[in-house]
Amino acid sequence: MADVKKKATRESYGEALTELAETYPNLVVLDADLAAATKTGIFKKAYPERFFDCGIAEENMMGVAAGLAASGMIPFASTFAMFAAGRAYEIVRNSIGYPHLNVKIGATHAGISVGEDGATHQCNEDIALMRTIPGMTVIVPCDDVEAKAAVAAAVQYQGPVYMRFGRLAVPVLNDPAEYKFQWGKGVTLRDGEDLTIVATGLMVAEAVQAADSLREQGISARVINIHTIKPLDEEIILKAAQETGKILTVEEHSIIGGLGSAVAECVSGSCPVPVVRIGVNDEFGYSGPAVDLLKEFGLSAENIINTAKKMLSI
Amino acid sequence: MDETTKKQLRKMAVNVRKGILTGTFHAKSGHPGGSLSVADLLVYLYECKMHVDPRNPEDPDRDRLVLSKGHTAPALYAVLAEKGFFDKSELEKLRHIGAMLQGHPCIQTPGIDMSSGSLGQGISAACGMALAGKLNQKSYHVYTVLGDGEIQEGQVWEAAMFAAHYQLENLTAIIDNNGLQIDGKITEVCSPEPIDEKFRAFGWHVIVIENAHDFDQLEQAFAEAEQITGKPVAIIQKSIKGKGVSFMENQVSWHGAAPNAQQYEQAMQELEAALAELED
Repeated sequence: MADVKKKATRESYGEALTELAETYPNLVVLDADLAAATKTGIFKKAYPERFFDCGIAEENMMGVAAGLAASGMIPFASTFAMFAAGRAYEIVRNSIGYPHLNVKIGATHAGISVGEDGATHQCNEDIALMRTIPGMTVIVPCDDVEAKAAVAAAVQYQGPVYMRFGRLAVPVLNDPAEYKFQWGKGVTLRDGEDLTIVATGLMVAEAVQAADSLREQGISARVINIHTIKPLDEEIILKAAQETGKILTVEEHSIIGGLGSAVAECVSGSCPVPVVRIGVNDEFGYSGPAVDLLKEFGLSAENIINTAKKMLSI
Repeated sequence: MDETTKKQLRKMAVNVRKGILTGTFHAKSGHPGGSLSVADLLVYLYECKMHVDPRNPEDPDRDRLVLSKGHTAPALYAVLAEKGFFDKSELEKLRHIGAMLQGHPCIQTPGIDMSSGSLGQGISAACGMALAGKLNQKSYHVYTVLGDGEIQEGQVWEAAMFAAHYQLENLTAIIDNNGLQIDGKITEVCSPEPIDEKFRAFGWHVIVIENAHDFDQLEQAFAEAEQITGKPVAIIQKSIKGKGVSFMENQVSWHGAAPNAQQYEQAMQELEAALAELED
């Protein structure tokens, strides 16, 4: 994949906001002293009068976003996932979720791929936390094209949305000319019968790579990209469960409460099949280069291939 | 303030207190103490200051109030019922299953501008509303009411910093300084004093009302607040928790306890007597 273009989804976020600003005059952006990192700095440069730095005060930022939304604005509250979903959780729940306000949360630097900053900043729990809030949409785009499309879809949607972006540059899988973001719909990237790999975020590229490699070894793996974790596309998951009988979930998030849990919850009721979850196990991360950390934590095509083979007793 | 207006406000305040008692008695729970301490303030704001229309509660140009100390919702509900946002009979259903009036304010209720009650959060939402007003060049004003115990929450000071930084002159925060919180006196639990100096240090214009149950003093304070430009205003009102019901006044035990039938009857008798006195 050496010749594939790479880009961090946080960058797509900053660019998308800037591109959408003219069409949506009510769109405003909040940040908590991380504009250079979350890439809302791109928006700030283009629309300084619509950008509000809240300082290092994420709880207040979420509350301010709630008040703006209650007064007809479309605020994008931006910070690292750790602080958006972690530190400000209760404000997101009570001031945004409970009144179902039209706040968009742009959470960057999610997961282990934060890298060198280490465990305090590697948020592997945000999908779980946000998923439990009634009425909250949770989106994890896999690449630049999907991230931009998700932001555009979020502006048009009425209600709270949590969007998860990454720090690390990841392969651009989708063709911007052809790609269409469908709210709450999974995307089948590879067809297959032996098992289904359900992936989200930056693990989608690894899942596709793994499936292609498995195919060369005579194993037919279906690959589904779940960009909207909530509401989950239950139809595509149940169909995969029925047709392939085995599901392997892959996410850069704790195996507790994230995509794997959502998929297991979905199939357990009406079509129980084995669901094996690849993700960050019940442990904290540590410092290191992002690419190396992903390998260390088994978030790689290689681990997907090995796990898939184990599931098929090969 | 002229005597006729004052008398009318006092009458309404007694009726609001009756509503607070009725609500918490029928709910068998709730927070009468703090509700009674903010009753006069809320009557004054909704009668004399705020441009709101019960027939058009969503008017984008309306003034807004965020009850950051959301547990004193019974007081706000009683005022909104007096204003005609919903029927007074709703007060008897407070906190019941399926009721319009939730234990803490909910944005779906007519007249309620923001869900609140988890302390420290309302002031941030009020900042957002005030910022939106400035951005859209609206002339509405945003009021938020906080408890003196509530300001122990760190988020309050994040919001205080934000409001001053963005020069939210269309925002007024009223701190209900009744001196008591669940575990006792605020000065003994974990003192937030000196409250005035703290807000001043955060860049706010500060006004102190010595007696929050005197409408002349309320009028004077809000008249001063209106003159302030370029910064938000904090009004610290010294109030009496449980004000208006003899056995509840300054008793911390009435923070979060409902009256029983006998106590309810006695309280209502006292309030009826206060009303009769005003009718003379």
